[in-house]
Amino acid sequence: MSRAILRDSLSVALTVGVYGIAFGAAAVEADLSVLQACVLSLLTFTGASQFAVVGVLGAGGSALSAITAASLLGVRNSFYGLRMAPILQVRGAKRLAAAQITIDESTAVSVAQEDKGLDAMRLGFWATGIGVYIFWNLFTFLGALGATALGDPAAWGLDTAVPAAFLGLLWPRLISKSARVVTLLSILMCTLLIPFAPAGVPVIACALIPFIFAFVGDRK
Amino acid sequence: MIWTAIIATSFIAFMLKYLGQAVPAAWLENARIQKFALYLPTALLAALVAVQSLGSEKNIVFDARSIGVLVAAVALFFKAPFPVVVLLAALTSAGIHQL
Repeated sequence: MSRAILRDSLSVALTVGVYGIAFGAAAVEADLSVLQACVLSLLTFTGASQFAVVGVLGAGGSALSAITAASLLGVRNSFYGLRMAPILQVRGAKRLAAAQITIDESTAVSVAQEDKGLDAMRLGFWATGIGVYIFWNLFTFLGALGATALGDPAAWGLDTAVPAAFLGLLWPRLISKSARVVTLLSILMCTLLIPFAPAGVPVIACALIPFIFAFVGDRK
Repeated sequence: MIWTAIIATSFIAFMLKYLGQAVPAAWLENARIQKFALYLPTALLAALVAVQSLGSEKNIVFDARSIGVLVAAVALFFKAPFPVVVLLAALTSAGIHQL
């Protein structure tokens, strides 16, 4: 049983790790150094937020816009933590470590083991979280190094790798009609704000759409 | 400025992760808050796609990046794996730059 979980964890960790190459390259594209790209992956360690930081900074946005956009994207990890806390039952240093690796993938693999019991869920969480941590950081370094060696990023299409990566992260979320409506409204609102708002602000403003959706719409 | 963004983002990202582990479950179990949390990443990712593929400084443009992202959408529609999607998008826009 545990071998099957470890195999799942490893394949998820490797696949997600490869995203790290795109992130490292995107960071360098946005004028971050290799060190800055690596520190983001080591400390922030939540892909979408990291892409948001380099995306907003790269577009000329302020540090505050970058931090706000990234933090709004990180809110979902609180809900993953909430889901994982009663399963993991950890305290002290172990809880700090668990918190750092509470991301989309570790939560997803753990929840997928629900029918196999608590031990399986714990193993799925730790193995995937630690595995992703290792590969994500390794590949960030390689991606940043590679992009530095390439020279002009636009000539290699790296300026397009970032929005393509965002689209890749967005795609699996488009499973419901509501999600597709939110997506279309968000693209429309954000695009229309581009000429009027400072860089980074159109993205943050789009948090208003799910807010209205959740708090003004009918209770469902 | 970059370091400020990196350190602050990392700190907040960690606190958000830790918060979920540490607060009483009832705090976040409100149906409206859950709905907000479900659609927030969707809206932000869509917005990021939009600014990065259609925005250039303060102008709305349709350029090599826009076409690259359209190619990425087609690749995703045909269930291409993530690295292939990113690579196709990059190659498309690199190709257009070469023209």
